[in-house]
Parts: sequence; structure tokens; C-alpha cells
Amino acid sequence: MEKIKVEHVSKVFGKQIPQALELVKQQKSKTDILKKTGATVGVYNASFSVNEGEIFVIMGLSGSGKSTLIRLLNRLIEPTSGNILIDGENISKMSKDALKTVRRNKMSMVFQNFGLFPHRTLLQNTEYGLEIRGVSKEERKAKAEQALENAGLLAYKDQYPNQLSGGMQQRVGLARALANDPEILLMDEAFSALDPLIRKEMQDELLDLQQTLKKTIIFITHDLNEALRIGDRIAIMKDGTIIQIGTGEEILTNPANDYVRTFVEDVDRSKVLTAENAMVRPVYVNVDLDGPTVALKRMREETVSLLMAVDKNRRLKGFITADDALLAAKKHEQTVHSIVQPEILTVPPDMLLQDILGMIHNSPTPIAVVKDERLLGVLIRGVVIEALSTYSEEAESHE
Amino acid sequence: MNNFLDNLPTLPLAPWVESAMDWLTSNFSAFFGTIQKSGKLLMSQVTDLLIGIPAIILILLIVILAFFATGKKFGLATFSLLGLLFIYNQGLWTQLMETTTLVLFSSIISIVIGIPLGILMSKSSIAESIIKPLLDFMQTMPGFVYLIPAVAFFGIGIVPGVFASVIFALPPTVRMTNLGIRQVPKELVEAADSYGSTASQKLFKVEIPLAKSTIMAGINQTVMLSLSMVVIASMIGAPGLGREVLTALQRTQVGNGFVAGLGLVIFAIIIDRLTQSFNKKKVQ
Repeated sequence: MEKIKVEHVSKVFGKQIPQALELVKQQKSKTDILKKTGATVGVYNASFSVNEGEIFVIMGLSGSGKSTLIRLLNRLIEPTSGNILIDGENISKMSKDALKTVRRNKMSMVFQNFGLFPHRTLLQNTEYGLEIRGVSKEERKAKAEQALENAGLLAYKDQYPNQLSGGMQQRVGLARALANDPEILLMDEAFSALDPLIRKEMQDELLDLQQTLKKTIIFITHDLNEALRIGDRIAIMKDGTIIQIGTGEEILTNPANDYVRTFVEDVDRSKVLTAENAMVRPVYVNVDLDGPTVALKRMREETVSLLMAVDKNRRLKGFITADDALLAAKKHEQTVHSIVQPEILTVPPDMLLQDILGMIHNSPTPIAVVKDERLLGVLIRGVVIEALSTYSEEAESHE
Repeated sequence: MNNFLDNLPTLPLAPWVESAMDWLTSNFSAFFGTIQKSGKLLMSQVTDLLIGIPAIILILLIVILAFFATGKKFGLATFSLLGLLFIYNQGLWTQLMETTTLVLFSSIISIVIGIPLGILMSKSSIAESIIKPLLDFMQTMPGFVYLIPAVAFFGIGIVPGVFASVIFALPPTVRMTNLGIRQVPKELVEAADSYGSTASQKLFKVEIPLAKSTIMAGINQTVMLSLSMVVIASMIGAPGLGREVLTALQRTQVGNGFVAGLGLVIFAIIIDRLTQSFNKKKVQ
């Protein structure tokens, strides 16, 4: 079902707007138009529709107009021309009051630099959307706490945003958006400010969330890898114009023009896959802290039968198995020291996957990715093989 | 060439201003009279109240306030204790209370007018382009000039003193409120908007809290400026430490002038540090 429909939407900043639009029609470049009219074209003649429950990624380099486009959807920026329909209602022609109602009930936004209010605690930040809607104190507290709980941050609810890491702050940003229970999530470069591993983690979390929530998500990014990972469909933008819309597959195999092709080739080069690209988040116990009961609980939660063992500095010590942990728990042992098995294969993060394939085939345990003795991630056989096979397929289809 | 310049008729700006003043005073004399009377009554009651409190209790209260406001440090508390005891010892306590009333009233009035004006400026670029030159005018015009309309409207005494002080002390609060709100990061304003905040929700829940420390810096400046008007306002009969300085000046009593001036300096330092400490405490 069609949730959002964008029809011929343009945004021009500055004066001499009609003249500027005329020049865009003649396919003049942005710089030419700026020189001639003093107007900046943000978005030109964008049309697309997004289905309910879809993750629609808008991708482009900086200055391509993608951030302007997402702001047109909730009218943080007023469109110059065109129609934006959400559930058939025309947002671009709406009165201020009607727009306010839509913003409050239908769509929430997540920002690149998190957009958290520094003077409010995490709980108060998460409550914000509900608070301005006039939801009662008890109810909004309950909903906000639930949202923080889902993000795994309830323990920090009375802290202020600047006391948290970037990844945690963006989890709060997402929790704040979800506390409102919107139908549409607008995510403006939501993960771009995070470092790569956290970013990947957040992408996974978003995909997990989407399994259950089924929101309609508009996601802006400048990173094609990110777009391919999370997008059901991807729109590629350049100089304010959408130049191709399609699934990741369609864009990779059939780029619409040279511009898209250069992008895609860029991805290929970076897809000379290393351990870092294929590793998954490690599930581990802290040998200095956790006992066998904690280990068993974590295995249950994460549905694994084997945990990595690390010390408090996250240095790899080995692994423990569910059977050993169960025995130790029965014996009421307080630590897992006695059951840690040190024999585990480790690889550096920049090792090529091709070279790892042989190792992983013979290894009964997953392979740990380790840098400076610290555990970064884990390689699981299935994931490695999958990563390699998709890579070679793509390589073939390019030849 | 000079001849040409000399032959131009004088623009009668001064007579115009005078006739405007005449018109205002004659047509609104009842209005100004009411303000003068009720203002005087209110302020003298506040002064009486302050004088009514035993000096030692007031001093201790201020010392305790200073102690806690500065984060339980002894510096300002000790200074306040010694400074206020010195003023009392010099027999200037009543004058200090009169000055306090004057500063209190002109600061409060400036803040009550200034913050909404600053908010208006931050929200409307048209308002900003009108108010900004007015503020420049108010700040560059010598403070003495305000005494003339003050006297014309309100006669002499504490009320015209407060009037002149307000005009002189208003600009920093207006400017800093405007600046503070305009400096709120764009992404936070967008966040507030994207969740469907009304203009007032955005203002009170996001913009003012985030602009608070800037606004407080403006208020601090306003308080200090209204204190600096105390001496000037004494020329039109405003009571307080300023009048002591003026009297000493007129009679060339260097000693008395120095003592009263020192009293003003002590008072200024105490209220400056106090208002600043309120600001620091709020910043995380």
C-alpha cells in the first residue's frame, strides 16, 4: 500500500524562483543557476512513492539535496512547488494546525547529530513528543521508559545526553522517535556520525526493529554500503534531482548512468572483503565479573551455545560452552575461570576473507577477530560463506 | 561655499523635541502623576521594609546566600560580610537600602520589558531591524540626557531615577535574549518543530532553557548598568549612596566622596558576583 507519494516536488532557495526553475528545466547546472539568478536549487522535480512498511533510502553526496528532500516531507522546509501526499492527504497544502497534528501523530524524525535537548535527561528527551501532545504524566513516563528499555538504556534515564557516547545518544534519538509510535520514521543521516562498528550494529538493530515494528522509514545516507544493507529500495540523488530509483540489486546490476556507475564501482572496490566486513557483534562474558549463571542467561537471550570470554579490558581469554557453564552452575561456582577454554582461532581485522575460509572450515568454534588483544567481533561460518558468495556473484554479473 | 552652509536655515529639531515633550506632559500629566505617586509609595515601602529588618540579620542572610550561591566557597561570603559591615560602620546603611530599592526596581522593570522584547526580536527580523538601532541609540546617548524627560514626566525623586535607569539599563537584556535564542542550534529547533511543538512550547521547553545562560549574562549587565545610573540619577533627587557621592562632590569633601564611592563599589561587586553565580549554577 502506498504510504507516501511525492509528486514533482521542487525547492528553490533565494529570489528569482521562477527563472531558476526555468533554468533547471533546461538542465543547467546548479552553479550556472546560482550565477545567473542568485537562487539555489535544493530539490528539483522529485517524484517517488514509498509503500507502507518499506525502508526507502535516499542516497547522495553532500549538496545533492537529500537532507532538503527529507525536510520537505514534514515541511521543516516549505516546498516551492509540487505535492506531498501522506495517506492521501496533501501535506504541502495543509494548514499549520493540521500539519502540527500530522507531525505529532504520524511522523517522527531522527537527526544526524542526534538532536537531543542538552538540558533534558534521557527520559525527558524521550518524553518530549508525548509531552507536547498533552499525554498525561504517568502515561508518557511509562511509554518513554518502555522505549528506553527497548533501546537498552533505561538504566541511564536520569543522565543527560552529553554523558553518553554517540551510539547511545542515537539510540535515545531513535527511542524518542519511537516513543511517539509514529507510522513514518524520517531518519536524516542517522548513523553517519557514528564510528563504523557501532554504525553496523545500529543498522542491524534498525533492521531487527523493523521486523516487528513495520514502520515506513525514509532513510537518508551518503554511504552506498549502508543504503544497500538496509534499503528495500534506494533513490540516488545528484544536484537536487533523483537519477535512479530501484532495489539495491537493480542499481548494482543496472546503473542508470555514469554517475551511478562510479558509485557502484566504488562499492565493488571496497568489497574486497576482510574479516572486519563480515564479523558480527561478539556475545561474551567478562571473566572478571560474570559467573556461570550470567553466562547461561546471556546464551539464552542471544540464542547461542558458545560465548567468548574476555577480561574487563575486553581482552580475549578464550571461550566457554553451554555444557560447561551448566555444570559449573550446578556446582555453584562463582566465576567462569575454570571453564574458559583458551584454544580459539584469532585473526586480525584486515585479514582477507578468502584466506580465512580454509581456517573456518576446520574450526569447531567461531573465529575471533582481535586487534591489540582486544575482541572486536566474531566470524561465523555461514556469514563468511554468504558474504563471499554474494561478492563473487556480483563480480560475475559485472563482467 | 561656507556662505552657502551658513545661509541654510537651522533645522528646528530642539524646539520640535521640546514641543513634543510639552504635549506629552500636558496631555498625560494625570497618567504620569499616577505613576509618580504610586511608584513612590511602593518604593518607599520597600525601602522602609529593608530598613526595618535589623541590619545584622540582613547582612547574615546575604552572607549565607553568597556562601551557597558560590558553591559553598568562603570568598564572596567573607567579602560580603566585611564589605557590608564597613558600609554599616560608615553610617551609610539607610542609603545602601535606598540604592538597593532603586537597583531592584529598575532591574526588574528592565527584565520584564527586556526579555519579551528580546524574544520578539529573535522571532521577527523586521522587529530586529527596528529595535536594534533604537537600542544603539539608547546605549550611546549619554545617561544624563535621560534625566531631562525623566524630570519633565515625573518631577524629581526616586521615580524619575528609576525611569532613567530603565532606559539606560534595558539594552543588554534585550540584546542577549535575542542573541541567546538565535544561537540555539538549528537541529534542536528542527527537532522541536518535527515533533509538532507549538510556538510557545518550542519557546518555553527548548529555546529559553537553552538560551538561559546568555540571557542571564544580559541580566547581569542590566543590573550593573542600573547600578551605574544610581549616581547620575541622584542629580534629579534619587536617594541613596549616589546622593552622598553627589553631595560630597558639590562640597568638595574628598573623604566622604571616597567612602560613599567605596560603598558603591562593594555593593556592585557583591551583586555582580551573586548574579553571575546564579548563572554558573544552571549551566551543566
